[in-house]
Amino acid sequence: MAKTDQSKSRWQRFLDNDIVYSFFTTPGAIIAATITFVAITAAFAAPLIAPYNPFDPAQISLWDGKLPPAWSDGGSSAYLLGTDNQGRDMLSTILYGGRISILVGIAAVFLGMLLGVTLGVISGYFGGLTDTIIMRIADVQLTIPGILVAILINGIGRAALPLELREEFAIYVVIVAIGLTDWPQFARVARGATLVEAEKEYVQAAKLIGLPKFTIILRHILPNTLRPVLVIATIGLALAIIAEATLSFLGQGIPPTTPSLGTLIRVGNEFLFSGLWWITFFPAIALIILVFSVNLLGDWMRDALNPKLR
Amino acid sequence: MTNLLEINNLSVDFPSRRGQVAAVNKVSIEVAKGEVLGLVGESGAGKSTVGNSIINLLEPPGYISGGEIIFNGNRIDQLSNEEMRKIRGAKIGTIFQDPQTSLNPLMTIGKQLSETLIETLKISGSSAREKSIELLDSVGIPNPEPRLDAYPHQFSGGMRQRVVIALALAGDPDLIIADEPTTALDVSIQKQILDLIKSLCKQRNLGVIIVTHDIGVIAEIADRVAVMYNGQLVEQGKVEQVLQKPKHDYTKSLISAVPSGDQKLHRFTVVDYIDGSEEKVTLENVSEHWLSKNKSSETHGTAVSVKNLSIEFAIRQALFRKNRISLKAVDDVSIEIQTGESFGLVGESGSGKSTLARLIAGLYTPKSGDITIFGHNVLQKTQKTKTSLIRRKMQMIFQDPYSSLNSRMTVEDIISEPIRFHGSTENSSETLKVVRDLISFVGMPSTSLKKYPHEFSGGQRQRISIARALASRPEILICDEPTSALDVSVQANILNLLKDLQEELSLTMLFISHDLPVIRQMCDRVAVMQNGKICEIAETDKLFDHPEHDYSKHLLGLMPRMDLFRL
Repeated sequence: MAKTDQSKSRWQRFLDNDIVYSFFTTPGAIIAATITFVAITAAFAAPLIAPYNPFDPAQISLWDGKLPPAWSDGGSSAYLLGTDNQGRDMLSTILYGGRISILVGIAAVFLGMLLGVTLGVISGYFGGLTDTIIMRIADVQLTIPGILVAILINGIGRAALPLELREEFAIYVVIVAIGLTDWPQFARVARGATLVEAEKEYVQAAKLIGLPKFTIILRHILPNTLRPVLVIATIGLALAIIAEATLSFLGQGIPPTTPSLGTLIRVGNEFLFSGLWWITFFPAIALIILVFSVNLLGDWMRDALNPKLR
Repeated sequence: MTNLLEINNLSVDFPSRRGQVAAVNKVSIEVAKGEVLGLVGESGAGKSTVGNSIINLLEPPGYISGGEIIFNGNRIDQLSNEEMRKIRGAKIGTIFQDPQTSLNPLMTIGKQLSETLIETLKISGSSAREKSIELLDSVGIPNPEPRLDAYPHQFSGGMRQRVVIALALAGDPDLIIADEPTTALDVSIQKQILDLIKSLCKQRNLGVIIVTHDIGVIAEIADRVAVMYNGQLVEQGKVEQVLQKPKHDYTKSLISAVPSGDQKLHRFTVVDYIDGSEEKVTLENVSEHWLSKNKSSETHGTAVSVKNLSIEFAIRQALFRKNRISLKAVDDVSIEIQTGESFGLVGESGSGKSTLARLIAGLYTPKSGDITIFGHNVLQKTQKTKTSLIRRKMQMIFQDPYSSLNSRMTVEDIISEPIRFHGSTENSSETLKVVRDLISFVGMPSTSLKKYPHEFSGGQRQRISIARALASRPEILICDEPTSALDVSVQANILNLLKDLQEELSLTMLFISHDLPVIRQMCDRVAVMQNGKICEIAETDKLFDHPEHDYSKHLLGLMPRMDLFRL
């Protein structure tokens, strides 16, 4: 095997990789990845592919409000999934809303990961009192339901902002709120992986070379802890999207002027009993598909990256 | 005499995405009652696969692709799982390698034994208990009755393996398959366990298959030997014949590669059947070479001096001092290593030899005592920069080649890291030149540099580890069991390399091993360690010929007596 590697191109070697191989032989993973990819691309290309810009008042006409989907009675072919109470095209609002949901999810996970991995690796490598303090804070935070912590941080964040900036900064407040809720998970996983890696002989060899502690952590330990972190980051992404939707549904998150999927579901919920089911149904379906496929992807990744399960 | 077990042309295939792998290829062996067959081969030879296919415990996706297995006159290779389950345990007993994992830690020994007895012999609970006592007695566990209610962790490693043997005997089997039964045990226990298996075999007229990589074990116990190489049976015959007059080239080189404990050779015999011939490492103009620059001028005197060194590890943490339990891993040890000498440290597992090495290397901080390296006390808190400069002159080669290299870095990055960090070259092109030099110095092609560690075998990884250690331009090299994770054939090459390096670069070497023959070949002086203390320090030849301390005598007495088979 080692001999033939020379003649192979980079791409062939990539395909030869066990994880890539596992991906292409797991139909669930391919489907999940495709849906996730389409959803993310569609969300980010929303301004290009959406038929309308739901945030442009010039394109909204109240006369077209509350139209059902195109295929049912009274639907208009101009609005495939119907319109909401203000006459905004549902398909366009879902695309734009999905964009905000995904953006908030990714940013929140990234923040949680940055914080959690940093604290977890420090905790695992130095041990002792540092370890005790960091991990006990994480434990305490884990005893409180995540969504309550998020609501709390979100509430404080909003209250701290002057009134006129609240809508503008709402999205950042939500990101910080979810990110700060997420970190204990990352810290625990990163700490566990660090404890395992720090015992290995290559780390001892690095110590013998005389490398400073932070070089050892950054160059040797950190890259080897990233596998499990990547797995929970993917599953964490699905959770973060749900957390954002929950916050928005409770009216604590993204304001209706620039709605996320959660905000759309909340707004539509008010019209559910008037028979206007599509206003809440389609954003909910979009949310479910998105979260489900991200979760499937995370599950596959956990199996593929875990040598014990192979 | 009819054969108890006959294997005819057995082939086992493992389908993989890179094509079929024939793990076992047309192997035929037979075992008679009351006979011990040794199945010997190096890792990957397929010896365990043969054992597993007899009891139908092949790991999926492996399957038997040809041949037949006949046990007591019946074919058993095509039985269903349910039918096979009745034979396993009742007719064929198995002893696994690691007694730590082959017993259920949550069940008492008595429960595990009676469970097997009730299942296989269909007897009642009370008679199962009596039978269990009998079994434990027969495997040499003293005072067996109260021990029935003990849990596995209350037994030592050797005692646990005895329990595993009792379990294998529970169903009163005709055949025992022992897969590396003593590899996880210390030498002193190894001999007892082998003697037990042998005597049980004769007493009960059992057929025994011992699967092992260790020729010493075979010499000790087997009546007949089957040698496997690369999935094929290369030789089979009486143990005296195979070990004394091997016919096949592979067997010849395998036997000659086992280091001898009774005389000092200049070099280890290399298994040329596998690796091809090797060249002796030489450097032109050693004194001009990069590796020799920056060398301290001293060539005489004490390199490392350790005085009254002790370290304790906490076994139980507690708030109050009196409740804490700690283990003295190294207890009041004093040694002196002279510049340029090769100093051996030998002892059984748990004797504290690795801990001592790590203390000297500075990976652990001692509780008390002094370590002086080239006349500088490295434990004093002042003069930290001088200490780190001195520390750099000491590098270590570790036991496990699979965890001693960072799998996320290329070989080039691994070897060049110390060079770049210490700034010991002037620019990056010189670094690359030095790295190329080092990798060819340890006998690897320069194409290896762009690869990652997982693309190499254990022996090759150990060479990369050596190159990395050399990149810091060490004057003292600590080798912590550098070959105990490797096959015999690879071991010889690595040990020769280390020997050459030591000669060429006049390194001081601290060599740690549990393997006495290896120590004898590698070292000038030896210290024997037991329970954290040094028993005896002597010149190698003197220690081997006239040991003074009782423990040294005991250890030497356990050395596999290969000389019985050498002509």
